[in-house]
Formats: sequence, structure tokens, C-alpha cells
Amino acid sequence: MAAESYPDDLRYHREHDWARIDGDEATFGITWFAQDALGELVHFEAPEDGATVNKDQGYAEVESVKAVSDVIAPLSGEILEVNSAIADAPETVNADPYGEGWLLRVRLTDPSEVDSLLDAEAYRQFLADQG
Amino acid sequence: MQTLLRTPLFDRHVALGARLVPFAGWEMPVQYEGVIPEHFAVRRDCGVFDVSHMGELEVEGPPARDFLQSLLSNDLDRIGPGQAQYTLLTNDQGGIVDDLIAYERSPESFLLIVNASNREADFAWLQERELDGMEVRDVSDGYALLAVQGSRSLERLGLEEAPTFTFADGEIDGVECTINRTGYTGEVGVELLVAADAAGELWDRVLERGAVPCGLGARDTLRLEVCYPLHGNDISPETDAISAGLGWVCALDKEFTGVAELRRVKEEGPARRLAAFVMDEPGIPRQGMAILDGAGQAVGEVTSGSHSPMLERGIGLGYVAADLAQPGTEVMIDIRGRSRRASVTKKPIYSREERNGG
Repeated sequence: MAAESYPDDLRYHREHDWARIDGDEATFGITWFAQDALGELVHFEAPEDGATVNKDQGYAEVESVKAVSDVIAPLSGEILEVNSAIADAPETVNADPYGEGWLLRVRLTDPSEVDSLLDAEAYRQFLADQG
Repeated sequence: MQTLLRTPLFDRHVALGARLVPFAGWEMPVQYEGVIPEHFAVRRDCGVFDVSHMGELEVEGPPARDFLQSLLSNDLDRIGPGQAQYTLLTNDQGGIVDDLIAYERSPESFLLIVNASNREADFAWLQERELDGMEVRDVSDGYALLAVQGSRSLERLGLEEAPTFTFADGEIDGVECTINRTGYTGEVGVELLVAADAAGELWDRVLERGAVPCGLGARDTLRLEVCYPLHGNDISPETDAISAGLGWVCALDKEFTGVAELRRVKEEGPARRLAAFVMDEPGIPRQGMAILDGAGQAVGEVTSGSHSPMLERGIGLGYVAADLAQPGTEVMIDIRGRSRRASVTKKPIYSREERNGG
């Protein structure tokens, strides 16, 4: 399992999701905290290619042996690509949550939503405040 | 706020970095390194579980055997001192108050090791029916219980093989304990019953011998792969032993609580049966999900479900209409609105005999 980290170049949602913004596109995944809380992932219920995702709403499910969790979209967009490798090897999310363990690539429908997300420092503080 | 109970090994679990969860009123380790590596440790080598939350009830006195014969489903006349027996405490309807192991220490002294969640109910049940000249005692607080399980567990502990469901007093590296040839994983192993104040030392010795600490998470996936029922999930006071596939622990030729009802179910054939199934499509079945037939009609409910580390797919147990309980029957599991294909399979879902080429 990866060591705890929250890269500075990402933006974060309070439901423990991250977004890497690249112009009007973004890549989504779940944070180190989320994968650690779930434990080793054994299933990724992927969204349909070509569907849309809405900010703050679930677009997929990740499951460990003991628990299932909705994956919340940090931003709204049209799905460009689902990381199909995760369906076969969901433990990749535990090993590399910000790299190979990415889940979704989208074209943003409202880039201004980015302003509502936390930066890394604010997310770390949010986690600390949660105890 | 209810205070959670802690076993004598609690501080050691914390020191090992265990994730602790509430379970049956106890604060118990659900995992240390992770459920999957702990599962593999038991299947391939040796794991140790703190199961000190389980209850120990002593039944002693000249009438003890007859008393237990009238309350427990299995036939105690089939065992003698030094032997143990898996059995059920049944109610008037043939429902399962608890499943437990009865240890015959002497013809007038029995120890019952019961589920943590049923300890008080079992004790009350037995006490209410107590006979003159005997006594039922809850001695749980005096004991800890360590399950050391796995294909290499005996080698790790330096123990000789012995028949399953036997027990004897012994010691592990100088720590006295009772060595029970029992377990809940489908692997070879022992359950070590030890005085509470010696539990820490025994745990340390067992870890030094290479056992991997394992939590309740792996305990659940291990028992589910071999289709051992979990009371509260798969069996309960509302389910009977015949429908649950536990007819083999019911001596229907003797008299015990609820036997008439069990004889009737056996004679008529149960309306539904506890079936094991394996997912044919992605998705993990969970307790409470509907089991559907090929036409999409609900025909049952999942009572236990998880991911099988050995099969690398979802597996489960659930009650279905008896005609659908045959191995090979195709069903579907309603996984949060998605119907996913599964096949009823024979029990156990996984067995070490098959792995070993037997």
C-alpha cells in the first residue's frame, strides 16, 4: 500500500475524491484517506462510457472485502475515458491512488466549479479536523 | 453510550496497529495488515485470531449430561471425555438459539463455547432450565481464546496431529492452556483456551513462532469460503437446522427441544434451503440483497456475502426456494439495482482437500 500523501497539484472534494485539472479536462480518483478507510479494493463498478457525471453525485462504486462506497464526482463533466484497468486490478487504487489508480477522465461542463474544491493544504486540514 | 468490552489482548492489538471495530459489544480487531493477506496467511501458512469475546459456559453436576441431551441437538452419547461436538441450542419451534461446541471434560462436567452475541441469552436459557444437583456458570471472564489456524499451524506450534474435535491440557512454550482441535476456517488448527491473565504471554509466544495476527475480517471470509454458518446471519432463532443444512448435527432419534418440529420439516422437506453461490459476473453480494430467479422474481435473500480471496470473485450464502438450491442452478443477485448472474454451488465453496489434489 502507498504511503499517506495528498499531492499539491490536485484539488480535493470533502467526500475524499481528487481532481487533476488540465484546461477543460480533468482526471478523477479517490484519495489516500479514502482507500485506506476502505481497505484493499476488490471491485470497481465503473460508469458507462459516454455518460455524464454531476458534481457531488455518485458516478461509480468501489468495494473492499468489508465495505462498499459511492465515488462522488468532484466536478461535473462528460466522461471521456474510464480506467478499464481498475476493473481487473482494483488493488491498483491502493497501490497508487493518484497515478495508475485514477478512475475517470472527463471534459468539464462547468470549469468554474473548480473554485469550490479544496487545495491540498485545506484538505489536509479538513482531515485533521475530522480527528 | 455503551462501553465496549475489551479482551486481555486489547493493548497488543493497538500496538500492532489493528483497526478496531465494535462487534457483539466488544472492541475487536477487524484487520491488521489487511483482510486479504491475513486470509492467505491462514490458507498457506498460519494465522492467529483473538476470539476471546466468545463465551464459555460451564455445566456441572450429575444431571449435566441428561440436561444437555435434552437441550442440544446433537447426540452427546457419541462423545466421551476429551472429545468435543458441534451442536445447536434449539427453541420449541426448532429454531437455532445458538450454535456452539460442547466439550466433555468428564461425564459430569461440560464446557460450552458459545457465540459472543448469544452469551447472555444462552446462559439465561440454560439457567432457567437448570436441574437440581447441577449448576450452570458463565466463566467467560476467566478465559481468553486464541484460534491458531492454517496449513502449517501445527508445525509452527510444535504440536502433533490429533483428531479433530478432541482436546487436552497442554502448553505452548511453557504457557499452560487447553488445546482444542477445533476451528472456523476450514484449515487444520487449534483453539487455545487460556486463563485470561496468561493470554498476553501465550499470544506473544504464538507470534514468535510465526503466526500472523488475523482479524475478524479474515475470519469471516475464511468461514464463508468453507460455508460455516454465522449465527445472526445465516442461522437464527427464526431458522431451523434442516433448512440450514445442519441436519447432520441433529439427532432426530433422541428427544430435545423442538425435535418434533425438526422431524416434521425433515419429513415434509424444507420449503427453502440455505444455498451457497458463486458470482458469474462482477459484483459482491452482501447480506440482505435479494436473490432472483431467471425471470427476475425474488426467490430468496443473501444472508452472508463477500469477496472470496481464493476464488477472486463474489461468493455468498442465502435461503432460496428448495427447488432452486440444487448445485448448478442459475440465479441472479440484485446488487443495488443491478442484476448480476450467479450459480448455486455445492458446499463448501472452497476446500483444502481439492486444493491438495484430493
